Amino acid sequence: MPHPATVTLPGTAVAERLGAALPGAVREAFAEHVVLEPASLFAAMAFMRDDPELDAKYLVQMCSVDMITRIDVVYHLASLARNHIFEVKVPADHERPAVASVAPLWIGATLQEREVYDLMGVAFEGHPELTRLFLWDKFPGHPLRKDFMSLPGGQKSGLSQFPKQAPGQTGGEFRPRDAGAGAP
Amino acid sequence: MPIKSEPVEVNIGPQHPSTHGVFRMVARIDGERVTDVKMVVGYLHRSMEKLAEERTYTQNIPFTDRMDYLAAMTGNLGYCLSVEKLAGIDVPERAQYLRTMFSELQRVASHCMATGAFINDCGAWQTPVMYTFRDREKVLDLFEMTCGARITTNYMRIGGVAFDIPDEFLPALDWLVNDDLPARFEELENLIVGNEIILMRSRDVGVVTPEMAINASLSGPMLRSAGIAWDIRKADPYCVYDRMNFEIPVGYNGDSYDRMVIRIEEMKQSLRIIRQCMAELPDGPHKVDVPLALRPPAGEAYSRVESPKGELGFYVVSDGGPAPYRWHVRAPSLINLSVLPQMTIGQSIADAIVTLGSIDINVGEVDR
Repeated sequence: MPHPATVTLPGTAVAERLGAALPGAVREAFAEHVVLEPASLFAAMAFMRDDPELDAKYLVQMCSVDMITRIDVVYHLASLARNHIFEVKVPADHERPAVASVAPLWIGATLQEREVYDLMGVAFEGHPELTRLFLWDKFPGHPLRKDFMSLPGGQKSGLSQFPKQAPGQTGGEFRPRDAGAGAP
Repeated sequence: MPIKSEPVEVNIGPQHPSTHGVFRMVARIDGERVTDVKMVVGYLHRSMEKLAEERTYTQNIPFTDRMDYLAAMTGNLGYCLSVEKLAGIDVPERAQYLRTMFSELQRVASHCMATGAFINDCGAWQTPVMYTFRDREKVLDLFEMTCGARITTNYMRIGGVAFDIPDEFLPALDWLVNDDLPARFEELENLIVGNEIILMRSRDVGVVTPEMAINASLSGPMLRSAGIAWDIRKADPYCVYDRMNFEIPVGYNGDSYDRMVIRIEEMKQSLRIIRQCMAELPDGPHKVDVPLALRPPAGEAYSRVESPKGELGFYVVSDGGPAPYRWHVRAPSLINLSVLPQMTIGQSIADAIVTLGSIDINVGEVDR
């Protein structure tokens, strides 16, 4: 029996369905993805999981992208029964990014949110155990941010130009930007 | 008289044969029972997602070898598919068939390793793993014949595959998939499927329910062991899988035994796919010319393949430059670990080891 291939739901269709149930939850809708209001993220995610039409029982993956002025948290949600997939984004503040945790909705988000917190510094409010996943606790900064280890004067980075070890630091730690007085 | 016991914290790993790499499981045990499990990962973290932002799209392919180093071909393939989707590159027919063929060979190699290591964890110390390694070696010989490397193959390219297969490849593959491996798998099945000791060690150990499997985003044999027939090769076909005739083996109980049997059955299905690829393999170019410093248009793409561990996804964001703006890997090994506490708490510590072995994690992919 030929199996129908996965359908990618357009963001506008998702926004229509979501906007009808939760007015004000959608900030913008594009063909590829839908952008949610951070304040209503949890309610919108819970709706999309339990809605029979969107049926997003399966959290395919989540990650984050540093957009310089903001940090986007990206979710790919899917329904295995209806075989469709769609993309949801939620913007977070760049200096102090924080969004609601979806770990109470999907167990699969627990480790992935810890990963995003570790590497991008997004604090997930309501996560049962938000600690760093890969790096050690005292690691300065969040490496996947674009300003991590950037050089003074806006110089373009190149791996060889980075200070490998700062004086007074141990354990091969990198020095983040704005480490305080005395930083180059 | 009740035996008085007090909780003890046991570190399993980071250097321990049962953790399959540098993975640490901190188990809190009360007597023989596991009461709490914490996992500590990151010993193999190489920050590939950050490094990739300073390398061209082609230069990033070797990173994908070193993620799941037991299944480098599917890692290569998943990454190349995502860049091709982003840049809108069409891949020649012959390359599609070669990609399918090598992905399936890689699945056989990876599942051989997983099955051997799992029986190892069950207590059959080192003998079964030698049987499965013998079979895996033959597959790796074919890889070496084609691309010169056995583990870190770096074979797929954006727009095709790096090299065409040599003349002696198809006869060797024909012997392998038609004569040698079917007999070897039968031998393996006779030894372990239905073996009383394996049954006692792995039946009802590390059970995942279908609801839990979907909720925890499990994929691959973990999801299928819970009875959900979900395989990216069928659900969202890539390459030429939509033309292939094969079955998705599923389990019933979601336990460790089911996962082992599913892997053995999948290897046989892989042989079926390889035979069809060999019969239909068209002539023609094996790759299209793609600029070395490829600049895909600004945008983003998510594409996924069924790696031996599960759904391997690549999310690539381009800003129009020669290097990816952001590159995220949906690592099945990491996400399959999400349910480790739920699976192991309440079991004995020996069963926790079997459970971890049946997940078939690859720490290179967990940590990236």
